[in-house]
Amino acid sequence: MNDLISAIVVLIVITNFLLLGAGWLRASIRIVALQGFALGLLPLLVNQDGLTVRLAIIATLVITLKGIVFPRLLLRSLRELSSVRAITYYVGPMPSLLIGILVMSSSLWWGYVLPLPDQTGHRFAIPMVFFTIVTGLFLIVARRQALMQIIGYLTLENGIYAVGVFFAQSESMLIEIGILLDVFVGVFIMGIMVFHISREFDNIETGQLRTLRDWIKSRKELPSKDPQA
Amino acid sequence: MMILAIVLIPALAGLTSFVTRSNYARRTLLIAAAIVHSVFTATMWFWSPDPIMDGWLQLDALGLVFLSVVSCLFLAAAIYAVSYLNREQSGVRPDFEESVLFVNEPEAIFVGCLLLFLSMMSLVTLSHNFGLMWVAVEATTLSSAPLIYFHRHHRSLEATWKYLMICSVGIALALLGTFFLAYAASGNQATEVPLVLGELIANSLSLQIPWLKVAFLFMLVGYGTKMGLATLHSWLPDSHSEAPSVVSALLSGALLNCAFLGILRMTQVLDAAGSGDFARSLLLVFGLLSVIFATVFIIGQLDYKRMLAYSSIEHMGIMAVGVGLGGIGSFGAMLHAVNHSLTKGMMFLVAGNILTRYRTKSTKLITGVLSDLPKSGVLWIAGLFAITGTPPFGLFQSELVIFRAALDSGQILVAVIILIALGIIFVGMSCIVLNMVFGSARTQAGGLIFKESLASVIPPAVLCAGVVVLGVYIPSALYELLLEAAKLLGGR
Repeated sequence: MNDLISAIVVLIVITNFLLLGAGWLRASIRIVALQGFALGLLPLLVNQDGLTVRLAIIATLVITLKGIVFPRLLLRSLRELSSVRAITYYVGPMPSLLIGILVMSSSLWWGYVLPLPDQTGHRFAIPMVFFTIVTGLFLIVARRQALMQIIGYLTLENGIYAVGVFFAQSESMLIEIGILLDVFVGVFIMGIMVFHISREFDNIETGQLRTLRDWIKSRKELPSKDPQA
Repeated sequence: MMILAIVLIPALAGLTSFVTRSNYARRTLLIAAAIVHSVFTATMWFWSPDPIMDGWLQLDALGLVFLSVVSCLFLAAAIYAVSYLNREQSGVRPDFEESVLFVNEPEAIFVGCLLLFLSMMSLVTLSHNFGLMWVAVEATTLSSAPLIYFHRHHRSLEATWKYLMICSVGIALALLGTFFLAYAASGNQATEVPLVLGELIANSLSLQIPWLKVAFLFMLVGYGTKMGLATLHSWLPDSHSEAPSVVSALLSGALLNCAFLGILRMTQVLDAAGSGDFARSLLLVFGLLSVIFATVFIIGQLDYKRMLAYSSIEHMGIMAVGVGLGGIGSFGAMLHAVNHSLTKGMMFLVAGNILTRYRTKSTKLITGVLSDLPKSGVLWIAGLFAITGTPPFGLFQSELVIFRAALDSGQILVAVIILIALGIIFVGMSCIVLNMVFGSARTQAGGLIFKESLASVIPPAVLCAGVVVLGVYIPSALYELLLEAAKLLGGR
């Protein structure tokens, strides 16, 4: 059992690095789907009571949503953007991977120092899922495309979900389903917004979403906007 | 049953309006649901409902204060929304700021999301389970995102995307906080405490304090993002300025409070566990920071809806300071929440009238509102004095209480900072608003011929009257309720 958990944790770490180094949108979607699939198996293994109906339902839901539904949604919105294939960066793949290594090592360090829950016998599982959270946050700020920000959000959510698996095992099923429903609707709406962004700008670069400012823009454009001018 | 009804009625009405074809039927449904919701809320003042679902859903004084604010404001906004939707042109048309072509979102989606938004905000005020509360807060983000994107052009798209991403990420961190709370509650003990507020408070001694503090930090950052505490506020001015005014009113007056409630619930737990001071000092710091940030951005603001948005950040900051100070500060913060919501709701609705008439959000291009739109002009001036905390308006009272709390607890520096900030904001906002109101009207300025219909003036006027009344006299029932809510927060 414990070997399986270790294997999944390692798989999650690998997917994080793959995400950081990825160059293609389609590949990133597939990787995050794989990560979601691996996460779906986690609660089945971590829980000591063995397989219960509750666990089975939740695992099925997580795997269906994160492994199948989300990637499909994202791949479909990617198909709408026939011209967009490659990821564009603020921070390129090589520096991203280096940062990934730094974050992972520091997670290992504080996982060693801090008094973390030991009930599952996986001292380093929690630092590793934290690495996933940081990866998600990093992807949101270091990639230019709206679609990659959704993938970053999904990675972040995966990490938080994994923390929940280790920390909050007795969370009621209703709440877990509620959380999944929220994430589902969230990704759905974000997908629609990506569609609108691509229609408005012919691509999905978020860099062009910077019209709204406090002073600079308005001052410059004021004269031309004066209806009496 | 009552509790469920208050969540389910707007939700069902919302879902119905997604599939309703007729505009007339949909708008009637909106008003009807708003009225039913407020009647139910009013009933709860006299008869407190029993907790349901193992105490997951229940109404205490704190919840009732925020639920009443949401309900009042939504009723006003619903009536206003009908007049707003009436005067919205349909079809493809040029945008007034940059002449790009755009269309409106289908009205069915707009009204449906408004009602779902109401339902989810009510759920936030009612949930005593932290997991459920998180689900509800995230659902408010999701149901309000389409509202901001009502006018489908690139600026509102930008605002919606920022809102969606920043708030979702922020709230995801609050979920992390919730899991830490679960860990703090399960910890080493054999018995686990469920994540229900009452249970957590009752078993506060068995909670693990370090993890509880970590949980509070994450929830403060998470819900604080949504509440618009500086420096997490970057989504707020954009979405408030691009959303239709009626939506801005609800975002500012109702939604920010709901996010604040998330932090307050956690403060209650920390209080019970004896770490209340930790929570309060953080609230105090974030509150002061918000007030200072808002002050800087209000001066010389060129967009009057952004000005109102920054003013919301300021007032959220003042509330956080109030709770952070403790003592009578908690009471002041509760009173301030009520006053601020009414005032800000009213100001955004009036801003909507001004925007329809002049078709610009620039503070420099508008003069003579008073002679052009006499009723809105008067309300706009009243709003200015109300929001800057001038007597006889309610905000003066609540700011005074918070100020006194600062002096009582010996936090002279806090009192001085707030006083200076309020002074600067008063001058800054007066300059902007008074310039807009007086002077000669520019009638032919490309604006729309806009007659102030009753439905566009009465809702803000009623809200304004409410703030005036609260400034001179607080009804004893409300006083008792606020006092009880403040007691829950460890105040007096």
